[in-house]
Amino acid sequence: MKHLLSAADLDLDAATLVLDTATEMAAMASREVKKLPTLRGRTVVNLFYEDSTRTRISFETAAKRLSADVINFSAKGSSVEKGESLKDTALTLQAMGIDGVVIRHPASGAPNTLSQWVDGSILNAGDGTHEHPTQALLDAYTMRSRLGQLKGLRVAIVGDVLHSRVARSNVLLLRTLGAEVTLVGPPTLVPVGVEDWPATVSYDLDSVLPGTDAVMMLRVQRERMGQAYFPSAREYSRRYGLDNRRVKLLPEHAIIMHPGPMIRGMEIAPEVADSPRSTIVEQVANGVSVRMACLYLLLGGK
Amino acid sequence: MTTYLIKNVSVLGGEPRDLLVRDGQLHEPSGPAADVTIDATGLVALPGLVDLHTHLREPGREDAETVETGSRAAALGGYTAVCAMANTDPVADTAGVVEQVYRLGQAAGLVDVQPIGAVTVGLKGETLAELGAMAESAAKVTMFSDDGFCVNDPRLMRRALEYVKAFGGVIAQHAEEHRLTEGAQVHEGVQSAKLGLTGWPAVAEEAIIARDVLLTEHVGSRLHVCHVSTAGSVEVLRHAKARGVNVTAEVTPHHLLLTDVRACTYDPVNKVNPPLRTQSDVDALRAALAEGIIDAVATDHAPHAAEDKECEWSRARPGMLGLETALSITMQVLGNDWETIAERMSRTPARIAGLSEHGHDPLPGNPASFTLVDPAARWTVDPEALASLSRNTPYAGMELPGRVVATFLRGEATVLDGKATR
Ligand SMILES: [Zn+2]
Repeated sequence: MKHLLSAADLDLDAATLVLDTATEMAAMASREVKKLPTLRGRTVVNLFYEDSTRTRISFETAAKRLSADVINFSAKGSSVEKGESLKDTALTLQAMGIDGVVIRHPASGAPNTLSQWVDGSILNAGDGTHEHPTQALLDAYTMRSRLGQLKGLRVAIVGDVLHSRVARSNVLLLRTLGAEVTLVGPPTLVPVGVEDWPATVSYDLDSVLPGTDAVMMLRVQRERMGQAYFPSAREYSRRYGLDNRRVKLLPEHAIIMHPGPMIRGMEIAPEVADSPRSTIVEQVANGVSVRMACLYLLLGGK
Repeated sequence: MTTYLIKNVSVLGGEPRDLLVRDGQLHEPSGPAADVTIDATGLVALPGLVDLHTHLREPGREDAETVETGSRAAALGGYTAVCAMANTDPVADTAGVVEQVYRLGQAAGLVDVQPIGAVTVGLKGETLAELGAMAESAAKVTMFSDDGFCVNDPRLMRRALEYVKAFGGVIAQHAEEHRLTEGAQVHEGVQSAKLGLTGWPAVAEEAIIARDVLLTEHVGSRLHVCHVSTAGSVEVLRHAKARGVNVTAEVTPHHLLLTDVRACTYDPVNKVNPPLRTQSDVDALRAALAEGIIDAVATDHAPHAAEDKECEWSRARPGMLGLETALSITMQVLGNDWETIAERMSRTPARIAGLSEHGHDPLPGNPASFTLVDPAARWTVDPEALASLSRNTPYAGMELPGRVVATFLRGEATVLDGKATR
């Protein structure tokens, strides 16, 4: 595999390999010396056009644990903010002879576009409302470690599916791994064209929860209200928020996930986010292992 | 003036015959020997093509196209007249600007450049531009359009339709209900959902066309619909025409050939407004063109500088080159149906634009504005080889049928042996 642009780039074998490799990486992280020499001499650029300290630190930690040289290239305050185009930035990276680029960008497809101009591997760390494949991988990793196997697992993805790159990547990856996905949200936040997705759609969260092994709450931005996607934050929470009453509808073993950053009180009640069934903190830790696995598999074999 | 004897040419697919080009007219061969003889064996003569929708970018973006380079591209594509859209910088919303564009066209001398005037000042959709002044100018504007933007305000659209009746004008609408297309990037459907790009719903076009045909009927005016792109729009037009509404419509070559699946690479060369639609839309547009519900093929030739296309999809400007590939694509879509091609690419657009010197079959007694096509030739589109200043063709590497061998404008050759004469 040259790039990781979409969760669809991974077939069952490749996805399983990433998850298995992440398991090894996690085991390594509990040792005293947390570093592996695997990517010594390799250069990874973190190219972040959106503020996302969490994701950037996760990738940076992953790359450093594999002994790669990491260059952080933030769009803020750089030549990019002064108007340098993606193409010019790409040509600069190309001239530097970098081995991999981790890109976060507000425009859907920017990693695909970048891959035309750079010889190194491109790893999509979230592009617009398109995809976020490493998030889907860490979610799958989290589900597998909590619930065993992914095949046949019933996963509900709840919230702003229309604008969610997390949802797109999760739908693709979970289908590859044999899980059954139900998308839940107000019809305004479910994309036209969803009928082609390997998932079922429901507008009624209460009816979905009893048959769910993992429920993934998506962030809902308040500014969507101004665009008439839903009338008010209160009504949204009432219809699609995960509160204590709804948690009781879930089977005993079901887990509660959120890709973060979450809006407590909007899509998830604070006590639900902090409950033992919530995997939110675990997801962050798993993120480093999964990103180590991705970097290792993309760059290690060179 | 050079005289040409064109030997063995098939006029619109008819039996081979000879034609004499002299003093801007076509004649039965007679009199002294012609200066130049062209062996047109195997070639088909068509009336010079007329494009209702061309962006020449001058004034304002001469780095993307000029009146001269666009005219050359047009002549090479078999055109003898193009209608230049008003979204230049400054906008063609005054007699001064339309006359400037008109004169640049005359100076280039490769095709007749007929300026289209803006409907509203600065294309802002707020106040009517001085339509009468543009109509009375040397450019004799009869077609008005805010293309690039829709005249969204229904009252303003109604007034524009009413006002141009005084001088036989027509409003060419870029139908896009902008409240439904904010931030839109691709057709709303399976592809937009998958690619995470904001959708441009078909209904945003269809709703405006429906409104506008009703307004046109109400005030008894004339409407032209630019770049129809959806199956639903075809049905609205069919209904309007059946009611006798004075409406005409055009379709672009790219909407006849390409679909939204093209967006999956995120290569912005495929970004255009209205966006590429689905295969069922393509099928409906082809049928409507053959049937005549859609009256004309128009290129929406939209050159863009490299930096406006070599970037993120959402940042890229919409639009594609079209002048040098339109005939080939129409041939691919309609086959060698010369009668329909002449009707949809020359006679009808000439009539819609009020260009009385154009759209006449290349026969004795008619103006010598025509093109010679080799229907057997196939060619591969090479962006670098195009005459346009820009390179944003979605057809790069595609093999297409039909090659323009020569084009004549009022008896003067603008293209010979497939090359522009100036
Ligand atoms: Zn337009």
